[in-house]
Amino acid sequence: MKDLVRIFKNGLLDENPTFRMVLGTCPTLAITTAASNGIGMGLAATFVLVFSNLVISLLRKMIPDEIRIPAFIVVIATFVTIVQLVIKAYLPALDESLGLFIPLIVVNCIIFARAESFAFKNPPLPSIADGLGMGLGFTWAITFISSVREIFGAGTWFGMQVMPESYVPMGILVRPAGGFIVFGLAIVLMNAVMPKKA
Amino acid sequence: MQKLIISSSPHLRDKTTTRSIMQDVCIALLPSVIAGILFFGYRTALIVVVAVAAAVLSELLYCKATHQKNTTGDFSAVVTGMLLAMNLPASAPLWMPVVGSIIAIVLVKMIFGGIGQNFVNPALLARAMLALSWATIMTKFPAPAFGKLAGVDAVASATPLADGSYSIGQLFLGNIPGVIGETCKLALLLGAAYLLWKQVISWHIPAAFIGVFAVCYLIGTGFDVGFTVKQILSGGLILGAFFMATDYSTSPTTDLGKLIFGAGCGLLLFIFRFARGSQSEWCSFAILLMNVVSPLIERVTMPKSFGEVSKHE
Repeated sequence: MKDLVRIFKNGLLDENPTFRMVLGTCPTLAITTAASNGIGMGLAATFVLVFSNLVISLLRKMIPDEIRIPAFIVVIATFVTIVQLVIKAYLPALDESLGLFIPLIVVNCIIFARAESFAFKNPPLPSIADGLGMGLGFTWAITFISSVREIFGAGTWFGMQVMPESYVPMGILVRPAGGFIVFGLAIVLMNAVMPKKA
Repeated sequence: MQKLIISSSPHLRDKTTTRSIMQDVCIALLPSVIAGILFFGYRTALIVVVAVAAAVLSELLYCKATHQKNTTGDFSAVVTGMLLAMNLPASAPLWMPVVGSIIAIVLVKMIFGGIGQNFVNPALLARAMLALSWATIMTKFPAPAFGKLAGVDAVASATPLADGSYSIGQLFLGNIPGVIGETCKLALLLGAAYLLWKQVISWHIPAAFIGVFAVCYLIGTGFDVGFTVKQILSGGLILGAFFMATDYSTSPTTDLGKLIFGAGCGLLLFIFRFARGSQSEWCSFAILLMNVVSPLIERVTMPKSFGEVSKHE
């Protein structure tokens, strides 16, 4: 049990996929223009991550080494399709704003990295813990980045007006260039707040 | 008896320091500041002071926060602040030079290692970011009113680039709407002449920049000389060619490299203006793009050291 907690926590901070491993940068830069996008994308990826980790871990002795990548893709794509259909049915607004980036979860390198380096080598329970930790680590990271971009770039947070009326939003932050700037500064901040362990 | 002094090179020393060069640039910018005050009122001075103060203060605080040697004494932050102020309309709210200076100093200069390490011109990137963020404020130029020091009404007038009704004389003297430092070409050229005389800048970049731009425009307009001269005197070209593109750390060091760099700036600016119309920021974007290319130019134009032979047999 202690081990599971340790594996879970690993993804949240020490090996945070966004700030420490710098994986999944494409959605991190592209969809973090509004906090609701960030949390939606993060939770969708978490769902896929947990279940693909579980299934790949269960099948790890049956998948031949040579064709493991195609096998991963089939498993991951299955869950991405489920997520996509669910979001389309129940959250059409989120579907509209995330657009192409939901099907692109299939090739999100966080999910691949965990399948390859964790789920393929570990039993199901730790794999679930790992998927959950990594997924939530990704979720809070991109929610943080998208909050900064939305608050300063548009003056709102989850669509609510948070900045005073007189604040003139800094438009560049919700443009692509702003994504790179905020992402870079967020990594700086994280390295300053929680120094890397040697 | 005479002593034999043995010392290692360099044996020839010059009094020029980073500080003296930066002070020369400040002196060269003064005519433009004065012209700005004459045309746009005291508010110009306020913006310059706020921009310079914010630039120096943010460099000071950054050095303190990261436990580095305080580098504000080299005057480069003052120059960056002044150049940034030159790029703002006199009607800009006062937080704008502050935000711009912080971007220029912290984001572009200090994070990359301080003076000489910035990968693009700090003041220009700050202007580009401000222009992309607050386009309505950055393109709302006050109408000029010579001698009306108390300030002028901000009007959302188009730059002379879009509105061709200004005469060459007006464009040259600066009796046109625009950002503080882009209007009075006479003052800019005075400053540029001082810099050339003091050998702070060489003629290569400005000459290639303006020359290539003019030739392209002459060909593009079917040798319409009057229109080409107006284009040269409009927008940020003169300010950019003499004060921005000549930044040491973001332009090549060899003469050939400088010519290529200037020619590239001129060509890009021509393409932008000719194809995409009349934003006065185009000059900034042309120089920023060439800033990023300048390490490559440097590599191509690297002089051979004495005795070096080609690696290809």
